[in-house]
Amino acid sequence: MAFVIEMLDIDKSFPGIRANDHVTLQVEEGSIHALLGENGAGKSTLMSILFGLYQPDAGTIKVRGKEVRITDPNVANGLGIGMVHQHFKLVHNFTVTENIILGLEPRKGLVVDTRKAEKRVEELSQLYGLNVDPRAKIEDISVGMQQRVEILKMLYRDADILIFDEPTAVLTPQEIHELMGIMRRLVGEGKTVLLITHKLKEIKAVADTCTVLRRGRLIGTVPVAETSEEKMAEMMVGREVNFHVEKGPAAPGDVVLKLEGLNVKNAKGLLGVKDVNLEVRAGEILGLCGIDGNGQTELVKAITGLQPVESGRILLGGRDIAHLPVKRRLDLGLGHIPEDRHKHGLILDFRLDENFVVHDYMRRPYARAGVLDTRAIGAQAKKLIGEFDVRCGQGGATPTRSMSGGNQQKAIVAREIDRSPAALVVAQPTRGLDVGAIEYIHKRLVAERDKGKAILLVSLELDEILDLSDRIAVIYGGRIVGVLDAKATNENELGLLMSGSTNKVA
Amino acid sequence: MSKRNTTRLLVPLVAILLGFALGALVLIVTGRNPGAMFLAMFQGATGVNLKAGSFNPRYIGEFIIQSMPIMLSGLSVAFAFRTGLFNIGAEGQLIAGSVAATAVALWVEAPPVIHVLLVLLAAAVVGGLWGAIPGFLKARFNIHEVVITIMMNYLALFLNNWMVLYVFGSKDRIKTALFPATALLKDDALSALTNGSRLNWGFVPVLLSVLLFWFVIEKTTFGYSLRAVGFNKDGARYAGMRVERNMVLSMAIAGGFAGLAGAVLTTGTFNYGRFLPGAEGYGMDGIAVALVGGNGAFGVFFSALLFGMLKAAQPLMQSQGVPKEIASIIQASIVLFIAMSLGIETLISKLRKQKIEALGEEAGV
Repeated sequence: MAFVIEMLDIDKSFPGIRANDHVTLQVEEGSIHALLGENGAGKSTLMSILFGLYQPDAGTIKVRGKEVRITDPNVANGLGIGMVHQHFKLVHNFTVTENIILGLEPRKGLVVDTRKAEKRVEELSQLYGLNVDPRAKIEDISVGMQQRVEILKMLYRDADILIFDEPTAVLTPQEIHELMGIMRRLVGEGKTVLLITHKLKEIKAVADTCTVLRRGRLIGTVPVAETSEEKMAEMMVGREVNFHVEKGPAAPGDVVLKLEGLNVKNAKGLLGVKDVNLEVRAGEILGLCGIDGNGQTELVKAITGLQPVESGRILLGGRDIAHLPVKRRLDLGLGHIPEDRHKHGLILDFRLDENFVVHDYMRRPYARAGVLDTRAIGAQAKKLIGEFDVRCGQGGATPTRSMSGGNQQKAIVAREIDRSPAALVVAQPTRGLDVGAIEYIHKRLVAERDKGKAILLVSLELDEILDLSDRIAVIYGGRIVGVLDAKATNENELGLLMSGSTNKVA
Repeated sequence: MSKRNTTRLLVPLVAILLGFALGALVLIVTGRNPGAMFLAMFQGATGVNLKAGSFNPRYIGEFIIQSMPIMLSGLSVAFAFRTGLFNIGAEGQLIAGSVAATAVALWVEAPPVIHVLLVLLAAAVVGGLWGAIPGFLKARFNIHEVVITIMMNYLALFLNNWMVLYVFGSKDRIKTALFPATALLKDDALSALTNGSRLNWGFVPVLLSVLLFWFVIEKTTFGYSLRAVGFNKDGARYAGMRVERNMVLSMAIAGGFAGLAGAVLTTGTFNYGRFLPGAEGYGMDGIAVALVGGNGAFGVFFSALLFGMLKAAQPLMQSQGVPKEIASIIQASIVLFIAMSLGIETLISKLRKQKIEALGEEAGV
């Protein structure tokens, strides 16, 4: 079969970084081609070049055998290349059809011919089995459905090369399953799919071919059927990776963190967390899973003091901390790996070493009589950088903003685990990290558990929840709809609970 | 790293050079000799008249006098800025400090050195309180500090004038009675040393303020938490820092610096409280000084000297047939170029790249 896209010998540098170093990507027409790589491996740069957002320093791009210069995204659209971005670009109070036709509205005289557009959307939706109601408003439909609207947008524009940028990050297991079906259907109708991801399982499930990048270089292109997840992980990271978190049975002790009848308001002023009761014991990891936006964020913020509590109690070691300031909670033995590393986790304009001491900068050995001891701070930075393999150009003096997302996350995890608090609230600890880093962070979390710490793990990744947790609580609509033994449950059961289809309180 | 640092230093320097170049260009276009302007500036800074070959230290004294209050108001703006607050109120805090200085100078009797110290302390404390009010309103009710500080500038101005006219008492409706000698930063010896300039001991608290600023911001845990709040409020809150308290304290300290400037003016440059027909622009100058100085202690030190020199050179320029407004044009264009720093950075990196490429070609690469 012919190559529909050929990116040959692409070179692209940014100040100080070689983002793409003679990368070649050849995509066969009518196939699902995965692009795999760690964070900062150059996947996004390569796709941005294909989509016309960047110009390559060197190399040629051929679409359907013809050499092209893609100077901006309009040129890409003209060539039939469309992109489903990780963060959807939809107008929330518009209908599905209105969103799809935005920018190229069919007209009848002076008015938009919505009826005609709706008919076309309906047809496309049926052809590809997308099952989207053209008249529904975006704000009323699920995230999975919104993603399908994005897909329809491209199909409506006659795109036949579809780029998916980390499409499953926001979906439930069932929705992921459906998306895979849709991808296969798209290919069946003659489209070509380019899938950017770092989830090996998905590649294995749906892709035909997989191209692996590492640190800007092409490592190889392999037929997925003839390779294994382990092999792909090794190509991506450059060494063997252990997928399964090795951990012994938990030895739960006393209750360390206890939530009693907790109610928390969300940003809209409504109750985002409703009457939540939970217990986390010493020496266990309690996983909290749910679809994004079901109250996890509010719950974490309430426990850690970033958001006020409406009512209820938060007991840490038997003491109610629900109304204490953040500092007191930290001093009483609470730790927090926050969901939003840029907003909360780091002061991006600080140096890396300054970021390592944000909680304890006023204490010995980092300060004496109110004056910072830069030597002690530097020593701590050196220790954590070494221990957690935080990659940074200039050691402790590295401007935090200049570091890659994965290494920023490692720095936060290093800081919080190093404090070794009695109760650690962990939100999305490995989001956007490569498998190597995930493996290490998981190991350290289990080590904390084995030291007898209580860990509340909040994650949107079901695999992570299943691998790490000893018990799993499922949150739906702000309520805990089930607490299960991690060994006795599976993805399907959790998925059903997460979508609110069943209710099971153990 | 070193490249980044040199760029950071280079940008303001390029902006300053461009500012001077623009001033010279304006003179050339209007048919005047830019050389006279540079001669006047040189004389303003060093006291040396290159044309006549004479030296008069009085100019140096006046140059320092002009730099002192804007150095303090610059520190004031910069300090608040490091905590993420925009202090437009240095003017008002300075006036509040002057009122306090006048009150202590006129009403308190104390032995020589102690009296001056009391004057300075009172000015710093009252200026600090004046700054703490908008800080508190921001922290407690999230009212924007820019609005409050601007309003409080007017409050301070009219409070000062009311105090001068009706509380301290003014015979000529321009100034209060003269201060006792014990309250003064003024010193005839210093004045004599610089051929009768208004140079006074004010430079001591000013220099100490620069050092204090540097020490607090860069070295202490308090400064660390202020900077954290300035960079990222949410991050600071997550880390357990008291964001609201830090905002109030930062504005109070910023007000303290400005208040001190009030004392330096009232008991150093002058020796009486003054009726003010309008704002004198020390607060606005402070914003420019802080901006050009990159909100750092030593940056503010040098940029205040630069702007002080421009101010001191104005009368000299006029005497040489150069309109003194040119100094304001230069000052304004330097600020403008600083605001365009990103463009200048790009320019510098482009020039560097070209140079490297040219070198590469020469070497046959």
